[in-house]
Amino acid sequence: MTAPLLSARGLRLAFGGVKAADGIDLDVMPGEFLAIIGPNGAGKTTFINMTTGYLRPQAGTIEYEGRPILGLAPRAIVRRGIGRSFQLPQLFTEHTVLENAALAIAARAGIWSPLAALLRPGYRREAMALLARFGLVGVAEARANALNEGARKLADIAMAAALEPRLLLMDEPTSGVAASEKMGVVETLVRVLREAGVTAVFVEHDMEVVARFADRVAVWSQGRIVTLGPPAAVLADPAVRREVIGIEPAHA
Amino acid sequence: MSRRAEALLALGGIAALVFTAWAAPWLRFVLTVALAKGLAVLGILLLLRAGQVSFGHAMFLALGAYTVAFAAPAVPETLVLLPAAALLAGGAGLLIGLFVVRYRDIFFGMLNLALSMVFYSVLEKFYAVTKGTDGIRMPNLSVAGVEPGSEAQGWIMFSLALGLALLCAVGVRAYLGSPMGQALAGIKTRETRLEFLGVPARRVLLFAYVLSAMMGGIAGALIAMTSRHVTPQLAYWTSSGELIFIGILGGAGSALGPFLGAVAFELVRVYAAAAVADAWQMILGGVLLAVILFAPGGLVGILSRRRRQA
Repeated sequence: MTAPLLSARGLRLAFGGVKAADGIDLDVMPGEFLAIIGPNGAGKTTFINMTTGYLRPQAGTIEYEGRPILGLAPRAIVRRGIGRSFQLPQLFTEHTVLENAALAIAARAGIWSPLAALLRPGYRREAMALLARFGLVGVAEARANALNEGARKLADIAMAAALEPRLLLMDEPTSGVAASEKMGVVETLVRVLREAGVTAVFVEHDMEVVARFADRVAVWSQGRIVTLGPPAAVLADPAVRREVIGIEPAHA
Repeated sequence: MSRRAEALLALGGIAALVFTAWAAPWLRFVLTVALAKGLAVLGILLLLRAGQVSFGHAMFLALGAYTVAFAAPAVPETLVLLPAAALLAGGAGLLIGLFVVRYRDIFFGMLNLALSMVFYSVLEKFYAVTKGTDGIRMPNLSVAGVEPGSEAQGWIMFSLALGLALLCAVGVRAYLGSPMGQALAGIKTRETRLEFLGVPARRVLLFAYVLSAMMGGIAGALIAMTSRHVTPQLAYWTSSGELIFIGILGGAGSALGPFLGAVAFELVRVYAAAAVADAWQMILGGVLLAVILFAPGGLVGILSRRRRQA
């Protein structure tokens, strides 16, 4: 059996009386696509925030590639190879999409060059190649705050992907994306990440997306993982259907 | 503004400055001081890129000036004093920066203001060392070992200020276009993202802060050498306010803005003070109001708009 890429044990974190994490144990295996589903306030984003160093749990451990990462600053965790994208895209709004991508590439390749231009030929080429993989070449010269939500989401994820992470945590990659674009966005995303061999954990509310693209599904509820398994089994579970998806079984 | 337009504007500006300094020698002093202030404003412009306004940057200018004033009796050599002032101001910028880059927006601005007023008080109160508000008079300085006459000295200071202004403007232009400069602009819009790209935002800002302190130090040294007299007034909050005033007047869109603003500011001041001795601040205020209302991009903004229409 292969060792997990990311291993969380006994994570606990409460905000006042609200238990955002109440004993989370989760192993993420190399190469898999793990979907996290669950109602609002179940602690899905909290898990991502704890894994990326943005929040510190009150108890528990997180190991990445067998080494503990709890207590490290977000940027130190990023340097280890864990990228993240955001529910609300975090783009540099006064820069173009190309400059956003180039900044992410510069962040990986070495930001500390005070004189050579950001859009030097090497970075520009790599940034354009990155945007091409995400289907964003058409908006490369547009300012980041002039994009529609689907393009902003993809640009946000492209910036995380530019860091060449081994593990990518995505917080609701399709929320806010128009229904007509959604499958296109996810297909692009999955193709790019599979090609790059990236392991992905993503929070998702669209069960169709989960069913099509996830290898495993973890169901969150009140700070706990209540079910974990392949999508076909998990999504057919009556309890999950009732609690998370909001469909009452016909005979109930 | 395009690269070519900027180069043309710079060349035209240099020619106009040299011609004015030659045709009206009494303005040479004014222009030298203007170029020096432009250097300090150029430093402030770096921080503006990160969305941060320092309301106390005159402290680095005063530090550079007092470094020169204190060291001049022992080492009356321009080419030693200038780098010494830059290094000392840069060192102070590093120490103060380590503290202030932890804060943003109004806290950043006010902390700089507070520190500059502490420095002002030190300069003013410790009469035994600093001669208080009387200030310190500077001895004659040599340049590369030769002590020039007063006419030559004026030209040398003007040329030094012009050369350093050009050097720093070119450097700042490259810096702002580099990953570090662009990350600086990222602090303004999405600092969280910088951290999640693995980039320490505070260190990015600290680098800019030290650079801006050094430029302030050079500006102070040039002003001290030109006016031959330093007083605590250099560190007073109104001096810091003046630098921000110049920054807004010139426009933050280009490395030329600070110099355009500084020259316009000093010329308006000189002529307004001559025309209406009691109300010249009103004229300056009116100019600033007009710029804010009608040309938010400053003088540089007006010029680049004009070119785009042409």
